[in-house]
Amino acid sequence: MKGNVVKYAQDNIDTDVIIPGQYLKVHDYAELATHAMEGLDPDFHSKVKEGDFILSGKNFGCGSSREHAPIALSHSGIKAVLALSFARIFYRNAVDGAFLLPIEIEQDAYDGISEGDEIEIKLSVNEIKNITKNQTYKMKPFSEIIGKIISAGGLFKYKPDQD
Amino acid sequence: MNIVEKILARASGKSSVSPDDVIFANVDKVMIHDVSGPGVIKVFDKLKKQGISVDKLWDPTKVWVAEDHFVPSAEKVSAENIVKLSNFTKQYGIEKHFKYGMGQYGICHTLSHEEAMVMPGDVYVGGDSHTNTTGALGAFACGLGHTDVAYVLLNGKIWFKIPETMYFKINGKLPDHVMAKDLILKIIGDIGTDGGAYRTMQFGGSGIDEMSVESRLTMCNMTTEAGAKNGIVESDQKVVDYLTSRGATNVNLVKGDDDAEYSQIFEYEASEMEPIIAKPFSPENICIVREAPNVELDKSYIGSCTGAKYEDLEAVARILKGRTVKIRTEILPAAISIYKRAMENGLLKIFLDAGVTVGPPTCGACCGAHMGVLAKDEICISTTNRNFPGRMGHVESQTYLASPQVAAASAVTGKITDPRDLI
Repeated sequence: MKGNVVKYAQDNIDTDVIIPGQYLKVHDYAELATHAMEGLDPDFHSKVKEGDFILSGKNFGCGSSREHAPIALSHSGIKAVLALSFARIFYRNAVDGAFLLPIEIEQDAYDGISEGDEIEIKLSVNEIKNITKNQTYKMKPFSEIIGKIISAGGLFKYKPDQD
Repeated sequence: MNIVEKILARASGKSSVSPDDVIFANVDKVMIHDVSGPGVIKVFDKLKKQGISVDKLWDPTKVWVAEDHFVPSAEKVSAENIVKLSNFTKQYGIEKHFKYGMGQYGICHTLSHEEAMVMPGDVYVGGDSHTNTTGALGAFACGLGHTDVAYVLLNGKIWFKIPETMYFKINGKLPDHVMAKDLILKIIGDIGTDGGAYRTMQFGGSGIDEMSVESRLTMCNMTTEAGAKNGIVESDQKVVDYLTSRGATNVNLVKGDDDAEYSQIFEYEASEMEPIIAKPFSPENICIVREAPNVELDKSYIGSCTGAKYEDLEAVARILKGRTVKIRTEILPAAISIYKRAMENGLLKIFLDAGVTVGPPTCGACCGAHMGVLAKDEICISTTNRNFPGRMGHVESQTYLASPQVAAASAVTGKITDPRDLI
């Protein structure tokens, strides 16, 4: 997976800025995408490209259970969010609904990767390669259950009985 | 095992579980509302296209439905969502659907206790992050997204990683004019908005024994703001009486073992607590009210699952009796049953005499949906649970989170005011 990074160098990016409450009544995925990150970065929708990644700090996606949040990002083209940590409902919504990959990173990746950098995520070796800067960082491996659900393509395709 | 481990072991058919074990828990109750319901319908549509059967639910008697976020319908999209929800409950044979304009209805988390929808020991999941609220009844109550709720509706179970439990031992009694909201804000301020992430926050001790069930609901409600998987209080006779008075029968008490293990133990002296607010733009950004910034407030909002239960309205009435508000003030009782009691006991007259606008039960402006949202630069003091940028309206509006008493006292003065300082 290769793409460019949109960086929000702050902690606690919450669901109210990812998709403001007034759009909770909207269930059209394409329309939700047009309002993604509106509470923080009104230019997000116009600048983000298919295959891009978001990079942010601690507790990404805190706040509400709205699945609109990973949906709006995913339908904007975001394939993965790289963050120092994630809030739990955002994390499991992203995985169980197979919307995007929530990737936990260490401080070196957070500091090393800049806005616009091209990176490659190598899940098989739990590495992130910064192509622009020619650096490599470790990502935290997915836990067993999360890895299995991601491999299956979401919770509905995961067959726990076959483990 | 502690109470959460016992509930989840029982629900997954295991003799014991420990933190980090992954289990599939059988669910006892599941709730959807006018935001998560249409979200689930969308997931069902996707599943149908993938050839997965959505013809029937695992058990419609275990499902209940609330209309709360955009009601009374704010405009045509939300009106259509209400129609979708009605069609859904009809199609799948769900009988417990609390409809606005048809008797009892209100905010889902409020109905969970007002209508005794959830029992101690239950695994209860809802399509809303503040599902944590209901843990105050001694249930494992946890918020989920649309895909997970759809999975529960079809399969009756869902995966959980057994959480570590942080135990908050509260000693003594809160002073007069200090409320559970002040205490939970203090705790969130201490541990931060990710301080409880992925974990259980359990409350106990003499301070919790002393508290009413409704105050405990406030505590568990805002465990969400600390990122917790769930909040919980072991049930006692107060919970039994509370649920029994609301029609429940055979209420069982569930408690952890004497040798239960906790990952961390915190201790608070309730008698030392003071009224507290959370300043914009985070619930962890706390300060005591007597040290609050000297801002000119535009509005006081008394509503939501956090701050418009009957006890909250009683506390507000105590402050507003014989006084008038200086700023725009709205009170939205969290359920019709509460609204009615407020009318029968003279609270509504006190509110109206004070100049307050009393609205219908709704999540309303708490989540910036409708009915009293904030304009650019407006500053609001609110009994709700979140104050992120844009939470209650314009992204450049500001919300201070406060207890019902502080919100009421501030409504009277137009400044952030400690109820003890009100002359």
